Amino acid sequence: MKQQWVMGLATLLATTVWAADGNWDAKVREIVDRSFKESGIALKERMLQLEFQKVCSALDRGDKVSPKVIEALQKEQEETIRMPSDGKFFGDWKKGEQIAQSGRGLTWTDPPGTVNGGGCYNCHQMDAKELSYGNIGPSLSGYGKLRGNSKEVVEYTWKKIWNGRAINLCSSMPRIGDAGILTEAQIKDVMAYLFDPESPVNKNHK
Amino acid sequence: MTQRIVPLIAAATAAFAALPLHAASDEAARLKAIEEYRKQIADGNPSDLYAMEGEEIWRTPYGPKKGTLEKCDLGLGPGVVKGAAAQLPRYFPDTGRVQDLESRLVTCMEQLQGVDPKKVIDEKWGKGEKERIAKIVAYVVTQSNGEKIRVDMSHPKMKEMYELGRQMFFYRAGSFDFSCATCHGKDGQRIRLQELPNITKHEGAAAGWGSWPAYRVSNSQFWTMQLRLWDCFRQQRTAEPVYVSDATIALSVYMAANANGGVMLTPGIKR
Repeated sequence: MKQQWVMGLATLLATTVWAADGNWDAKVREIVDRSFKESGIALKERMLQLEFQKVCSALDRGDKVSPKVIEALQKEQEETIRMPSDGKFFGDWKKGEQIAQSGRGLTWTDPPGTVNGGGCYNCHQMDAKELSYGNIGPSLSGYGKLRGNSKEVVEYTWKKIWNGRAINLCSSMPRIGDAGILTEAQIKDVMAYLFDPESPVNKNHK
Repeated sequence: MTQRIVPLIAAATAAFAALPLHAASDEAARLKAIEEYRKQIADGNPSDLYAMEGEEIWRTPYGPKKGTLEKCDLGLGPGVVKGAAAQLPRYFPDTGRVQDLESRLVTCMEQLQGVDPKKVIDEKWGKGEKERIAKIVAYVVTQSNGEKIRVDMSHPKMKEMYELGRQMFFYRAGSFDFSCATCHGKDGQRIRLQELPNITKHEGAAAGWGSWPAYRVSNSQFWTMQLRLWDCFRQQRTAEPVYVSDATIALSVYMAANANGGVMLTPGIKR
């Protein structure tokens, strides 16, 4: 499940484009190295930026990045997508609801073995009756009702959850599957929560 | 399950971002913020108790040197507390460092009282030396309540820390690939029902920087800015920031400089 990147095309391109501006890069690495520590389950290597994290940070800052670099990195992300091992996309929507509500896990104050939540409601509207929802991501109320459950839509949604960077490199959405935030079984439950006609995501959508 | 780390490559142009200029309309926003704050503290500010204890701690001999903090220089001269927090962080020639309020207090405790900085840095939140510092912070920021945020950006080290803070603000990392900007880089964003100030702009930076440290009603705790940043990183799923580390101070410079001209409504009151 690990992404095994060699010095691929994206890296070479990126290095060529930015080699001249290494000034801040070295300083930032230095300040990050001395300002963060390992703690509990949060290893210090979390602060080492992956290639796309670095490129997206630059874009966020308003720096210019060659579209070729973005395209190549996005292609690399495509290779991380794992479709369900048994071909089944849907689990239990009731479990999915709990996963969507829970924002637990992966912090340095979480004990090892904590069951992670998806934290979906932190950023998305889902069940229209739940009033406490964030707006950093788009509303998912009526997700299946509005889109149907064609193979394309279902696969697209799985991919978006597993690693949305393959679709939009610098979106705010975490790599739920690829980064190990949720297990395959948990993602199936969330998929059911999004698509099942009985799920409040669809039932309560006006 | 993690991605293999590839060699880091060079980033970003070195040009310092121009600091925001403030339009006259900021005055209206300022008055509105003050009005809102007055309503909040109409029945008294729960931080008052902390501030009173902090003043006591400030004046009481402590540590191996049995010194008080009354000669502590927060940037406006030894012992001057009034208005000092509104001008922090700043560059301090005696330490050769840019310091925020808490790192400066650590310096004063070391120099005047002989308290080992490592002991303060490694202490748990709300315990021992960290509890003492939080109370002193409450006292000091109360003495800047209503003051204009005036951070002196003229020193080259302040300019450098601003740019490092900006780089940190946009630094995507950790299990969620988040940076500060993910939540605090756009107008009108919320996590659940919690509204998030856009810190890249003056108004949002002034609202955020100007209302911390704060008393949190939901957990009955007084939170310093260092604790506020620590919990932001925790929720981002990064590694743990070291207390008063340069990355946290750089971020404070970035926020405070963007907030320049705004008003300190401290200690704030939060949900």
